[in-house]
Amino acid sequence: MVGRARFAFTVLCFGYAFLYVPIALVIAYSFNASRLVTVWAGFSLHWWQALLHNEAMLSAAWLSLRIALVSATLSTLLGLAAGYVLARVPRFPGRMLFGSLVIAPMVMPEVVMGISMLLLFVGSQQFLGGPDRGFLTIVIGHTTFSLSFVAIVVQARLADFDRSLEEAAMDLGATPWTTFRTVTLPLIAPALGSGWLLAFTLSLDDLIMTQFVAGAATQTLPMRVYSSVRLGVDPQINVLATIIVAVAAAALIVSVRLTRR
Amino acid sequence: MNSQPIVRIEKLAKRFGEIEAVAGVDLEIVRGELFALLGGSGCGKTTLLRLLAGFETPDAGRILIDGQDMTGVSPHLRPVNMMFQSYALFPHMDVAANVAYGLRRERVPKQEIRTRVAEALALVKLDGHGARRPAQLSGGQRQRVALARALVKRPKLLLLDEPLAALDRKLREGTRFELVRLQEQLDLTFIVVTHDQEEAMSMASRLAVMDAGRIAQIGTPHELYEHPASRFVADFIGIANILDLGNGQWLALRPEKITLSIGRPDMAQAISGEVVDIAYEGDRSLYRIAVKGGPVMLVSRTNTVRTSEEAFRRGQTVWLGWNNDAGQVLDG
Repeated sequence: MVGRARFAFTVLCFGYAFLYVPIALVIAYSFNASRLVTVWAGFSLHWWQALLHNEAMLSAAWLSLRIALVSATLSTLLGLAAGYVLARVPRFPGRMLFGSLVIAPMVMPEVVMGISMLLLFVGSQQFLGGPDRGFLTIVIGHTTFSLSFVAIVVQARLADFDRSLEEAAMDLGATPWTTFRTVTLPLIAPALGSGWLLAFTLSLDDLIMTQFVAGAATQTLPMRVYSSVRLGVDPQINVLATIIVAVAAAALIVSVRLTRR
Repeated sequence: MNSQPIVRIEKLAKRFGEIEAVAGVDLEIVRGELFALLGGSGCGKTTLLRLLAGFETPDAGRILIDGQDMTGVSPHLRPVNMMFQSYALFPHMDVAANVAYGLRRERVPKQEIRTRVAEALALVKLDGHGARRPAQLSGGQRQRVALARALVKRPKLLLLDEPLAALDRKLREGTRFELVRLQEQLDLTFIVVTHDQEEAMSMASRLAVMDAGRIAQIGTPHELYEHPASRFVADFIGIANILDLGNGQWLALRPEKITLSIGRPDMAQAISGEVVDIAYEGDRSLYRIAVKGGPVMLVSRTNTVRTSEEAFRRGQTVWLGWNNDAGQVLDG
């Protein structure tokens, strides 16, 4: 038994190492003094300072953050509505189609989604005169695919929701809207919170869809990182990666806390 | 005093797909009574209750509560409150907020809410538990919170769906009397749905036995037990020996109405049989007796004397005797 336990422990260590050593290395090398990404030359905060003065990178990060905030909020509202209908309305004309449409962005290749979005925006610009490609079109693009994830989370939460709680509220004199506001919403709030965080992270690191709908003048953080890597990697990338890992880890911890409650 | 019935149900029907859950029910419920709807699972008793609360819309017929037609009236506008089988306490609110929920929807002033919630909690003996969460309470306490929440709005009619089903046996018996006490003290009308005939019999002033969406019989517990209207009711409530009298007539005879003796008794009806089985239940013993050339009959004897053995042995031949008025003659 001891031998088996030791074997299992070794396998576990390899598994964790495979997943986390690269991340740990990125974090460590963000404090590297050397100009080369892969050669260690002592501890330094040089590249952290450099990144903080890199206007292009910072403005791209700020743009990505704003897009992620807006699109996560929009996806949460729309995803809540879609998930609620899917969980609560057993039949209406086109229910099958609606259900498939909600899930479609999750299974459809993002390249296809990107092209179709681009065609839509080009068309709308020709015939309606807008919107110009940039902030708004990226938000719309990101919302389209993130809302599916929120809808699925909400639908799953409502599926195992005790309906008699809502009936009890109505029985006690609450209108359907008050029932939703005072009983349904507080009880599915953790699911909404984790849905929002999921949408936020999806938007923050999306590259493919963004490249199609961004237009020429707009550059988000992932686009900026991708293009700077192609020009030659700079240790600032390590610093940026470290910050993103920290933000993602924080979001993950909050999300787990929310769903556990 | 208003002598008009508090609830009047007329030709009410509701079907779910192929199943007729409620199939033409007529029923009147008197103000201030504790009425029980009794039946097996799937007999339509819960659907009837949900129709009263407004969670289901009837396919036909109508419900009048206090003289007002409730057809098309949403649950939140009905002068009715319900206690759910699962209790349906709001897990994200403490006990006081659960009880206050209905009053807040009516926009009752804060100060009045506080006093009425305290009163309701005192009524169910939960004073001082207002700050607890439902998850921190025992099953019996949760049941009482659910009751307080349903009572606090002083509804004209309180619907209770299997109010005691989730409690253990000991607690159930105490709570049964507690419910009757509350109902009498507050002078409310209760409709209790239950599958437990003992519960229905001991609590209700009147009860209806339901079968396949229809009401088989309505009456006081005594009427239903001693004068069942059909073989279904006789068999459903308590234990009955149902004897074929020929000509399509049957006799429903309760086990305790039969006397056992060694010699032939001096009674209008007497037959002999062999003791097949004895079930000793403490307060009484149930005998299964195979009548010669007839059915196996159940006879019960109250154990009024402390003894260490039964009065009759298995395999013994005994006489069964009863008077002509001991059973109910049934046509169907």
